[in-house]
Amino acid sequence: MKKVKPLEELTIARSLFGSSLAFHIIFATLGVGLPFMILVAEVVYQITKDRDYPLMAKRWTKAQAILLGVAIPSGTIVAVQLSLLWPRFMEIVGEVIALPFQIELFAFFLEALFMSIYVYAADRLSAAARVISVFLVALGGSASAVLITAANAWMNTPTGFEVSGGEITDVRPLDAFLNPSFASAALHVLVSAFMTGAFAIAGLAAWRLLKGNQSRRESAYHRKALVLSLLVGGVMSLATAWNGHVAGQVLYDHQPEKLAAAEGHFKTEAYAPLAIGGIVDPEKRELVGAIKIPGMLSFLADNRFDAVVKGLNEFPEENWPPFYVHTLFNLMVFIGSWLILLSILAWVVHWRRREKPLPRWLLWLLVPSGVLSLLGIESGWVFTCSGRQPWTIYHYQRTSEAVTDATGLGLYFVLFIGLYLLLLVGTAIVMRSYFRRHPLSEAFATTGNGLGKGEVKHE
Amino acid sequence: MNEGLLAVSLVWLFVFIYAILGSIDFGAGFWGMVHRNEVQGEAGALANRFLSPTWEVTNVFLVLLVVTLVSFFPAAIYTVGMALLLPGSLVLILLTIRSAMMAFQHSVRRFKGALEVVSGVTGVLIPSLLVSVLPILTGGFIDPESGMLRVGKLFTSPVTYAYLAFGLSSQLFLSASFLADYAREADNEPSYRVFRRHAVRLGPLTLITAVLTTWTIGQEASWLRQQLLEEGRWFLLSILAFLIGYLALFWKRRDRQKYRGWPRVAFILFIIQYALASFAYGRAHLPYLVYPSLTVDNSVTNPEMFRLLMVSYGIGLAILIPGFYLFWRLFLKDKRYLAPKEEGE
Repeated sequence: MKKVKPLEELTIARSLFGSSLAFHIIFATLGVGLPFMILVAEVVYQITKDRDYPLMAKRWTKAQAILLGVAIPSGTIVAVQLSLLWPRFMEIVGEVIALPFQIELFAFFLEALFMSIYVYAADRLSAAARVISVFLVALGGSASAVLITAANAWMNTPTGFEVSGGEITDVRPLDAFLNPSFASAALHVLVSAFMTGAFAIAGLAAWRLLKGNQSRRESAYHRKALVLSLLVGGVMSLATAWNGHVAGQVLYDHQPEKLAAAEGHFKTEAYAPLAIGGIVDPEKRELVGAIKIPGMLSFLADNRFDAVVKGLNEFPEENWPPFYVHTLFNLMVFIGSWLILLSILAWVVHWRRREKPLPRWLLWLLVPSGVLSLLGIESGWVFTCSGRQPWTIYHYQRTSEAVTDATGLGLYFVLFIGLYLLLLVGTAIVMRSYFRRHPLSEAFATTGNGLGKGEVKHE
Repeated sequence: MNEGLLAVSLVWLFVFIYAILGSIDFGAGFWGMVHRNEVQGEAGALANRFLSPTWEVTNVFLVLLVVTLVSFFPAAIYTVGMALLLPGSLVLILLTIRSAMMAFQHSVRRFKGALEVVSGVTGVLIPSLLVSVLPILTGGFIDPESGMLRVGKLFTSPVTYAYLAFGLSSQLFLSASFLADYAREADNEPSYRVFRRHAVRLGPLTLITAVLTTWTIGQEASWLRQQLLEEGRWFLLSILAFLIGYLALFWKRRDRQKYRGWPRVAFILFIIQYALASFAYGRAHLPYLVYPSLTVDNSVTNPEMFRLLMVSYGIGLAILIPGFYLFWRLFLKDKRYLAPKEEGE
């Protein structure tokens, strides 16, 4: 039988894998969001024939190529570390939910192939071939996100297999793939990634507009980028909120402990209140200092104020998720709501001001929206994974049963953290350096429209 | 052919494909470093030009390999995951640094010098770690008590070094032959001569190290040497392919402008050489995935999953093959990419 793993080793394994995921999520999310924005810009160009849009697409592609250089290896790390750190978990994954991983590879191939083609051969492609390439990049990235989310959704709502006498039997891979939380989770990940790509661009465009000494042409360009990204970001943040609500109802139906922990909700009751803020007092078993909206949790969970929402007291304590997930959940919802309000506000101001520049206070509000959006995504992922604890596979396998028996993981933790810090700094330096050496004014000046041929030069 | 055999053949095919692509990729990094300061003939630049668009695709094959193994042989993950924690983690770290540098230097030229060194050094270290997986699978290096790798034993065993010598010389030989062909495709005769010379020197070395490896394997895994010797005819065919390919490097051209050698013919024959040898090694390794605890048949996945995985391969490949074709046309065939200098003339 399995030896008992010291708790510290489990914590280190979780910290190591959590860091790898948190790091990868930054690049993976932008890697889904940016190609979508590039595609939107290419399509807008076909409609308006305004040459600023393909220029945007081209400059965003440069950023995307740099990000992809980190996204691909960090994704490789996650894929391999799954087997290295959680071998007992991956045994079951291989038996039951291997299909989305396998299909994801083909999506990954599609993305890598056409990204190389779009980046290194753009000057040899026709306009149509260019749009098709970037469409396939966006498609590959989006499909990857959906497929990986299928596996994560299955960990929350595992279906498609039976366990008898410790053996997995009667495997139905398609049932596992299309598990109850798949649709809502996948859509949530996808639209929130589109939202993040858009707000990352909105934040940068706002930052550029705040800086003085720009030609009219340059500020017009940034204004267009800002307005376009706010449109996409606004729509996508609304979609994220609506579909997050659906995901919450899936929790109510399938993972009541998680919903209860997300709300710091202990007593099973009808007309349950929605709790905003506050901290759980584990002794008294209650949430302290929260603003409560009566009946709202019941209503959100099941569309009825008298719906009975199970509290944590209903479940054995050893199956409780950690209490901090309440704060993470609040953070995610707060950021999402703020971004919806902000994009509506910005659009109204833009519309009323017409040709006049946007007010500086609004731009200052917009600058951090990209970072906030990423923070929302991260807190959402940490929420969904910590909220599933103590299980790796909900009600089937505990995280402590999944972890490797190998010892000395601390060293690996230090090594990988060092690597991630190095890459974060490196990426920031490269981004800055590239866009400093290729300023927008130069792109306008050299070719008139910024769409020069032969940008890819070799020594 | 039963399911286990079909699945392991597919996995082994991917190992082979990644070994070839990885050899060329990492080898090109190494040659790019060796020749980075040579102005004449720009052999280093040629190697790096090949690397820029291809490393991402090569890297995907590594993930493909891992995922295919997990999907088809879930019962093997525990043993393999425990044993490969150290080499696997080191490969991940080195690979990440290398990939990031590739992407960074394309955007910011300041990193060019650093990249060439990083790409060259990791181009030797990563394949060494990957090759060290092979002796681990043949048994004797995993502690039966803890399931962990005996790191000290692995890195002091002559068997490991025999595998390393064979792996590295093969990598450099294959990448030199490939780059010779790539240089000829780009009409770059000076670079062609540089890489042809490397291939000519390394060829015999790969044969010597191969014999050496087979001989030392017996120390740790006599079962494997026994079975390898039974596959003798495949190895003879492999050597034959090598000899013809090697001779092709010396055949004269009709075109007096060009130096001797038919690199395309040679490279294809070298691929066949390694395909035959890999096939024989794989056959000899059966029925074990990891000796002595894991066999192919006791680790293969359930029939329903197996069927759906095969369907997904069919659909996936049907979509991707046109993509690969386009990729090949654009980066390995298109003169405008291969020899961009001529554009202005």
